[in-house]
Amino acid sequence: MSSGAILVLGGRSDIGLAIAKVYAREGHAVQLAARNVFDLEAEKADIALRYGVDVSLHEFDALDVESHEAFVTSLPALPETVVCAVGALGVQEESEQDHAEARIIMRSNFEGPVNILAILANAFEARGSGVIIGISSVAGDRGRATNYIYGAGKAGFTAYLAGMRNRLATKGVHVLTVKPGFVATRMTDGMDLPEKLTTDADTLASSVFKAAKRRRNEVYIKPIWWLVMLIIRNIPEFIFKKMKI
Amino acid sequence: MKLAGWGRYPARDCVVTTPRTAEELAATLAKGPAVARGNGRAYGDSALNEENTISTRHLNRMIRFDETSGVLEAEAGVQLGDVIDAYLPRGWFPAVTPGTKFVTLGGMAAADVHGKNHHVDGGFGNFVDWIDVMGPDGVVVRASRDDNADLFDWTIGGMGLTGVVLRLGLRLRRVETGWIEQRTIAAPNLDAAMEAFETHHSAPYSVAWIDCLSTGASLGRSLIMLGDHAPLAGLPNKFRQVPFGPPPAQKRKVPFNAPSFALNRFTVKAFNALYYHMGARKTGTDYVPWDTYFYPLDSILGWNKIYGRRGFVQFQCVLPDGHARAGLEALLMRISDAGQGSFLAVLKKLATDTHKFSFPMAGYTLALDFPVSEKVLSLMTELDRITLDHGGRFYLAKDARMTDTTLRASDPRAEAFAAMRVETGAAGAFASLQSARLKL
Repeated sequence: MSSGAILVLGGRSDIGLAIAKVYAREGHAVQLAARNVFDLEAEKADIALRYGVDVSLHEFDALDVESHEAFVTSLPALPETVVCAVGALGVQEESEQDHAEARIIMRSNFEGPVNILAILANAFEARGSGVIIGISSVAGDRGRATNYIYGAGKAGFTAYLAGMRNRLATKGVHVLTVKPGFVATRMTDGMDLPEKLTTDADTLASSVFKAAKRRRNEVYIKPIWWLVMLIIRNIPEFIFKKMKI
Repeated sequence: MKLAGWGRYPARDCVVTTPRTAEELAATLAKGPAVARGNGRAYGDSALNEENTISTRHLNRMIRFDETSGVLEAEAGVQLGDVIDAYLPRGWFPAVTPGTKFVTLGGMAAADVHGKNHHVDGGFGNFVDWIDVMGPDGVVVRASRDDNADLFDWTIGGMGLTGVVLRLGLRLRRVETGWIEQRTIAAPNLDAAMEAFETHHSAPYSVAWIDCLSTGASLGRSLIMLGDHAPLAGLPNKFRQVPFGPPPAQKRKVPFNAPSFALNRFTVKAFNALYYHMGARKTGTDYVPWDTYFYPLDSILGWNKIYGRRGFVQFQCVLPDGHARAGLEALLMRISDAGQGSFLAVLKKLATDTHKFSFPMAGYTLALDFPVSEKVLSLMTELDRITLDHGGRFYLAKDARMTDTTLRASDPRAEAFAAMRVETGAAGAFASLQSARLKL
């Protein structure tokens, strides 16, 4: 009774779960994928009870790239939509000193997401339909001292999504890049976020659903972020490098 | 974070934590006395604690639903509107609902909210089978009418001061449609209004809008709205196509605080007269969607801003049957004398109380709201006095300014409640601005 499924990579994240719920409300089956997915049973029950759709749980480790082919094969059905909400923020100062930590951050934001989406993209291309949604970040628009390790991973992810969109545009597969600014989630709990620039996971999820439906290519969640990033991108480097932002 | 209740008075800077698990909740409780906060729909300071306010926003999962008994198990942060969205299309509706669907189940239990059917069905607590409560020590206990009955009884209506409700089992009611068969009766004065309530005491839902600025022979003129869930067979054809009603109306938003002169005795008086006469012309039976019937104000997001920047205060008391007539008359006369109009003035018959510290008692409840001002606050002190003189008591979910002396004079149960809190250790672990003010 549920219509085409949405696969949520990073199904434990606030953003991933919120997007799953918006699609479920619209009658889509949900495939939640995450590490230690067994403890998402409560979320599974919640979504099924609220929206009366099929919900399934799938063990998925973004960093275990060798397992990705098998993961896709194990899904009950090839999803209609995939959203990749995998990522790790880390702590910039720590990542500067601890290179192993930095590698994990970059792999979590780039290598893992790209690897799984590459496999799904091929399957979608073969089928001739599908929507790929990547949750990237405004941090990928320009490297800044305060978060460039996270930002570099996201910049790579943004570029990858753009390229994939270009490749698949004529193949019936749509690619949507989402660049949230500040989102009040578990990842940002305890951070002091400016109210006017901050959104919540539920608002973000509704915007993503609408953007995907309208086949938008790239969206900032709060329009103000488009302006903020336009300015940030256009500050000349000789000035930018001395700024603290 | 600046926090206030729905009345936006008082507003305080509060440290807010949003736990996602019982473990995180226990860790937050360990930091010091706290109060749980649902969706912030209590009007006053019931869910404010400057040092430690715990938002249940993320403890909001539905756990299980039994299609035969209609029992929904859910976490306390689930909102009533979500329950309706999920279960009305399957033929279930909340057995008790307050005037907004933007409340959490935990908040409803804490205030033991009542609805338009209180005179028949009693309060929300009557449909709660059990609650899981985290106590002062961080341990979760299941309480029901059979197990830990005292904890159950004190917690329903306990304003979050006995522990944090984590989960509950809630019985929904079967309905065939989402339509309400509504009948409006115009009552030209208080006697006629009370008579209508008595005559129609078996109507499943009843509530009156009361014009609190009318005077003399029209004192207490009201529109009594009776309602019942419409059976499918009774529905006019055009509604039978959409048995669970049209989707809730598009939400409009109050964009900014109204200037303080927008609501005054003249505008409110004019509005009330118009509203009464329009209503009186439309008496009779019609069918309205559940959303319009139960939650007329929910379609205007942020309606609490129409009272301006300073916010507003609610006054809600209940007067026991024997003294209700005299008490209501005294209250209404004092209010119309003061010329303090209230858009939302509601009169309703209540049944007897069912929990140790719940608000309702057999009698009549009157609810009003006023924009905050020195004048209004002193008027409310006078209304407190009149209520006390007539053996009435006050609804804590609405209160923002009563004194502890008033509370104790109105309600001998308050002392027992406070003593219980000391005995169980709750006094040292759960506190709100309200509990401090009222010395609970």
